[in-house]
Parts: sequence; C-alpha cells; structure tokens
Amino acid sequence: MSLTFDDGTFIRSELETPLPPPRRQVGIVGWVRENLFSSVLNTVLTLGGILLVAWVVPPFVRFMIIDAVWTGENREACLGPDVGACWPFIHAKFGQLIYGFYPIDQRWRPDIVFAAGILLMVPLLVPSWPFKRLNSLLFFVLYPVVSFVLLTGGNIDASAFLFEHFGLIHALVGDVTVAGVNATFWVDYVLTAVAVAALVGGLLALLGGSGTAAARTTLWVFLAFGALVLVWDIDFGLEYVETRQWGGLLVTLVIAVTGIVASLPLGILLALGRRSQMPIVRLLSVVFIEFWRGVPLITVLFFATYMLPLFLPQGTNPDALLRALVGVALFSAAYMAEVVRGGLQAISKGQYEGAMAMGLSWSQMMRLIILPQALTLVIPGIVNSFISLFKDTTLVLIVSIFDFLGQLRASFTDPNWASPVTLYTGFAFAGLVYFLFCFGMSRYSLFVERRLNTSHRR
Amino acid sequence: MTDLVEHAPAREKSSFINDPKVRSIGLQIIALIVVVVLGWMFADNARENLAAQKIATGFGFLDNTAGFGINQTLIPYSETSTYGRAFVVGLLNTILVAVVGIILATVIGFLVGIGRLSKNFVVRLISTIYVEVLRNLPPLFQILFWYLAVLSAMPNPRQSINLLDEVFISNRGIIIPRPLFGEGTGLVLWAMGLALICAILFGHWAAARQEETGRRLPVLWVNLSLLIGLPMIAMIITGFPITFERPELKGFNFVGGIRVIPEFVALTVALATYTAAFIAENVRSGIQAVSHGQTEAAHSLGLRNGQTLRLVIIPQAMRVIIPPLTSQYLNLTKNSSLAVGIGYPDLVAVFAGTTLNQTGQAIEIIAITMGVYLVLSIITSVIMNSYNKRVALVER
Repeated sequence: MSLTFDDGTFIRSELETPLPPPRRQVGIVGWVRENLFSSVLNTVLTLGGILLVAWVVPPFVRFMIIDAVWTGENREACLGPDVGACWPFIHAKFGQLIYGFYPIDQRWRPDIVFAAGILLMVPLLVPSWPFKRLNSLLFFVLYPVVSFVLLTGGNIDASAFLFEHFGLIHALVGDVTVAGVNATFWVDYVLTAVAVAALVGGLLALLGGSGTAAARTTLWVFLAFGALVLVWDIDFGLEYVETRQWGGLLVTLVIAVTGIVASLPLGILLALGRRSQMPIVRLLSVVFIEFWRGVPLITVLFFATYMLPLFLPQGTNPDALLRALVGVALFSAAYMAEVVRGGLQAISKGQYEGAMAMGLSWSQMMRLIILPQALTLVIPGIVNSFISLFKDTTLVLIVSIFDFLGQLRASFTDPNWASPVTLYTGFAFAGLVYFLFCFGMSRYSLFVERRLNTSHRR
Repeated sequence: MTDLVEHAPAREKSSFINDPKVRSIGLQIIALIVVVVLGWMFADNARENLAAQKIATGFGFLDNTAGFGINQTLIPYSETSTYGRAFVVGLLNTILVAVVGIILATVIGFLVGIGRLSKNFVVRLISTIYVEVLRNLPPLFQILFWYLAVLSAMPNPRQSINLLDEVFISNRGIIIPRPLFGEGTGLVLWAMGLALICAILFGHWAAARQEETGRRLPVLWVNLSLLIGLPMIAMIITGFPITFERPELKGFNFVGGIRVIPEFVALTVALATYTAAFIAENVRSGIQAVSHGQTEAAHSLGLRNGQTLRLVIIPQAMRVIIPPLTSQYLNLTKNSSLAVGIGYPDLVAVFAGTTLNQTGQAIEIIAITMGVYLVLSIITSVIMNSYNKRVALVER
C-alpha cells in the first residue's frame, strides 16, 4: 500500500517485501561457490582434493571389499591378476594373531580374561554408572591378580622368606604341603610378619610415637601381600603356560593394561613427590621422571632385557615378558606422573587451604580432597597416555616378544599363504584393529573432556 | 585477655616425631637410604654377575675393531674401524633422520594444521582424515608398512621410476645425482655465506626502518635475489665448478649418484608423516587460541587475508604452538630409534644392537645410548626454551 497525493508526491507507508537473495548465493549452489570455489587457489585446492579422493578411495574399496577373496584354504585362492584382500589368510591366522602360541585347548582362559576386562572396564568408563569405588577396586586390584593366575596357571612356588634363610622353620616343620600350599613357607611368613611388626611398633613407641598403630599398619601390609602370594600359591589345577607361548593381541593388551595399572599408583607417588616441599624427595622424583621421559622406549626395553638381569642377584632370571613389563611400567610411570601433576596444579590453592583449615592431615587431605578432584580432571590425560602406551607396545617385537604386530610379521613368512596380496591384507587388518582401538579411546577421551568442561563453558 | 592466655590448658607435650620438620627430615633420610641401598645392591649384583659371566668392564672396548659393516655411513667407515667409530656413524645416522624428519614433519604439519581450519570443505575433510588415521596407528606399524609394503613393492632397478633422468626410484632405494665440487667451489661457498649475512643484516635494517618510518621494504624480494644472485655471480666467475654426476643404469644396478637406502626413506617418511599429524593438531589449537577479535581488528585496519594471517595470527599462534612443537621434535628424535625394527643403522641398531651383541658390555653401552638421547633432549629443549622466551608474551 502506498499513498499518492494530487501533486504527485509518493509516500510509501509499508515496507516492500525484500527480494530473495540472488540464487547463486543461497542453497547448495551458494554454499559450493562460497566454500569450494571462492578464489583461484580455493578452486585449485578443491579440484586437487577431489582428484586425491578419487585416486585413493575407489582402489581402496575395491581392494578391501569388491575384489577381495572371502573363502579359501590356502594361497591358491589368493593368486590371480586382479585379486584384492586375501581374507581367508586372516581367518586362518586369526587364532595366532589374538593368542599367539597359547595352547589351543587352554584358550578359554584368555577369553575369560578378555570378557572380565570388558565387563569391568565398561562400567568404569561410563561416568553416570554407580559403584565407581568398588568397580575401580575390582579392576585395579582384583582383576590383575585373577588375570595373572588365569593366564599363567598360578601355582607359583612361594620361595623362602626371612627365617627360612636360617633353616629354622625347615627344622621346625619340615617340608609340609597342605592342599597344594607350602605350609613351611607360611609359618615362616607369619613369623616374619609378627617379628617385623613388633620391631617397627617397638621402635616407634621408643621414639614416643604410637607404636600400636604402626604395628597394625605393618601387619595390614603383610596381610595384603600375603593374600596376594596365597592366591598365586594355591594350585587351581590349571596347566602352566609359560609366557613365551603368549602372543598376539593378548600380549599387546597385557602389556598396555599392566603398564597403565602399574604406572597409575607409581605416577601419583612421583607427582606428589615432585610437588613436595621436601627438597631431596623432590629432586629424586624430578630426576626419575626426567630420566625416563628423556630416553626412547626402545632403549628402556633394551635396558630391561640386557641390563636388568645384571642388577639382580645371581640365579634370578626373570621371565622376558616380566622384564619388558618392568621397563614399560617405569617408562609410563614417568609420563603418568606428569599427567597427574597437571591435575594437581589445576586444583586451586583454596582447596588445599580449606582442607588444612579443617585439620586434615597431609595424607587425609590428599586422599579425600585433592586426589579425587585431580584424578577426575586428568581422566582424558590418562586415556591419552593409555593410547600412546597401546601404540608403543608394538616395540616389544624388537626384543623378540611377539605381540600383535610381531605375530603379523611372523605370519607373513608362512609359505602356505605366500601371495602378492598377503602383505597388504595383513597390514590392512592390523591397521584396522589398531585404528579402532586408538580412535575409540581418543573419542572417549574427547567425550570426557567435554563432559568435564561443562561447568566452565561460557 | 591475659586471663585467657594464662588459663589456656598447657599444650600437651607431643612427641618430637609428630613435629612436621622432624618428619620431613626423617622421611627424606629414609628415602635417601632406600635409594642408596638399592643402588649399592644393584652395583654389587652387577659386579658379581659380570665377574661370573667373564664380561669385561670399562670403556676400553671402544678402541677395539668392530668387524661389522654398516650400509649407510656419513663418515668413512670400514669393517676394520673401531666400535667408537661405529658409535659416531650410528649417532650421525640418527641425527640425519631426526633433522630431515623434523623439517618434513614441520612443513606437512603446518599445511595440514591450516587445512584443518580451511573454509574449504574438501581440504578440511582430507586434513581431518589424515590426522585421525596417522595419529591412531602405531609408528612402528607405519614404518614397517612403508618399508615392507611400499618400498619393497617398488620395481627393480631396471624398471625403476624415472624422474627427469635425474632421480630413480626402485626397490634398492632412491638414487639421486651426486654433486661434484670442482676448483673454485670455495668462492661460491664464500659468496653464499656473504649473501646470507647480507640478507640477515638487511632484514634487521628494514625492520628498524619500518619501526621508524612505518614504511615497509620489499625484504623478501631483495633477500631472495641476494641469496640466489650472489652465488650465481660467483658460479659464473669461476665457470660453474659444481657439477652433478648423474646416476646411470649399468647392468642390474646403478652406477654413480648417491643411493638413499630404502630403510632411510621408510623411516624418515613414516616418522615425518606420523609426527606431522600431531604437529597439525598443535598448529590448529594454536591458531584457534588466537581470539577472533584479532582477525576482525586486523581486517578493520585494512589488512588483507594473507597479511592478517602472516602479521597478526601466526606470530600470536606461535606462542601457543612452540612448547608442544618442541616435545613433538623430541618425540620424533626418540622415535627414530625404531630404526632397529627395519635395520636402518641408527645409534640403537648399531650400538645397542650389534655392538652390544658382540661385546656383551650391556651396562656401558646402554648407559651411553641413553645418555646420548638425554643430551639430545636437553639440547633441543634448551634451544626451544630460549626461542620460546623470545616469543613469549611480555606482560606489563
């Protein structure tokens, strides 16, 4: 509507509806113009990118799916001019890639370990599920012990403790075995525990401290350690499987999980040491952390394989996998310490001061106030170090422990499956497995990070 | 007031072991004793073990004849050379991989990192896939992949991929022309040095002048022409002393040129592309850390897109990027020890591998190897820290 006066004056009283924007600026066309072809350089990049995708993706899909061989008994199936991935090769080697040379009739044991791991891990990872305390206790304490017994077969010979060295207990009891448990050892152990507790308690009481408390703590430590040894000592009737027979994904996961589980307490201690007011403790922590962080993991593994046996008393020759585990644990503890330190530094000073004002002791303050907050903050960091540890486990193949990648490499030499595509199939499969693990974990860490960030988001 | 103080119950006399000061000293003494005792036990065991296994001790072995060959040596080395010489060869090979890898990784990493933030959907997609895939595969897996699946699959020398008759790629490695330095090379090198010094001085002068007058000089063009022109003139004067020896196919293999062994190519490419994925993420987060207001302010000052990026965004982003970049460089250097997985003769393979097997002197050799990496780490972090200090935000 508009008004037109007699003298020809024109006044518009309402806004005209705006014209639609030019078609080239909206919709798909507009988006493409704006995002893909806005300048010469951009056009070149777009076309180059599309060419790259066209060059890589179709051959990849053809290799993995369209031209792939799905069934076959041996290499015959995968010979031919235009053959893609040789999946029967993976099928034939699957057991080896997962379990290594673990006896086939015993494979239910690693299966249980895998299943229990997943059952305990999933509720631990979902933030909203309850019973976190119990769950982490199960996962970080009980699970490693049970897994150890299941995987090795347990029934480790508990060796002499303090008094056995004097032949005292042996003379007293003789070689007695009750239900597969070495009674001689246990008499020895209990005596040692009582003696040490009495000694510690007496010493503290002499200095004017609380002797009974100290003695009690010592006894608890002995009890916990004793329970651990007892579980290993009992004969569950499981066949002994030496670690040399382990391999594949089993070893990869054992190393990665042990590394993380062992490095978490060690890393927390080191981080606390690094933040401590005591100069000697701080110095020792800093030297330890910076030393392991400064050297490559492979030299750590060489150290654990060649140098560690020299440092131990003659005759003790720890198992190759155990040595690698020690190396990995020390190495990742240093990285874990830095992750935890980041969390400790992120806790505001007010929390420390508040805890102190409440009259909490240092250990109470750390246990009840600081660490719960700091550790929650660094969950993404812990997951990230787990990812790098998981990737780093591949290095053990250099000290001849056959992890997943090591088994893969070994399977390439099988003449039964020698074909031009074997190598590529193996790499494709292994790459997929590693990618799924690491990518999944990194997504999880991102998820936790976002979740933790909510309160700070503007 | 005094009443209160007087009637306050007498402080219960507490044992001195509840005094925090005493406790802290006691704890530290205990920690020290534990460490010393452990160290002493290790040393004692080591002495006994070494004596029992009849392994020599000390660093005398460095002067013994090595007796093994190395397939890539940057300095003259033969089977009659000493272990000490083998150590230097391995160290130089490690440094070579580290330097080439770091340069490559930086270039790829910055390109991909900027690509991750590109408005162009295709570029962004490709960069994202690159980062996610490369980052989530173990480096040793990637090294083995390049070595076994890519380079071993190259054609044999007779059918090698020929780039302009100068570079040949085959399963024996990459053959590149070898520069031959004739008479007069010295003058050309002097000219290069002079050009470099002039370029640096000119850059400083131009910067000072811009501070004073606000006018920008064409620094890039002047310096480029200096750096190319001066050595060129020297070359012309001396009659082109630097020539290239072209590789030629004779029989089943190449004669002449420099052969870059496939182990080196696999290791360097794998490490560079792997590390580049991490650098890309650092670059991306660095650029994102610069607030959008900076871009808007630069635009409103009339700077073009390229100028905004070069003069405003990147200098500020560098501050965030440098510290994690340092640790990526260190990681690459440390990861170069994975060379032992494919037999590239780096420090670990030559020294902690072959030499250790031959001499059995594990303690000395592993201590030296770890020491080298520690020193490399320290040097890198010192250099990077000083740079970091220079670019760090100077607050009032």
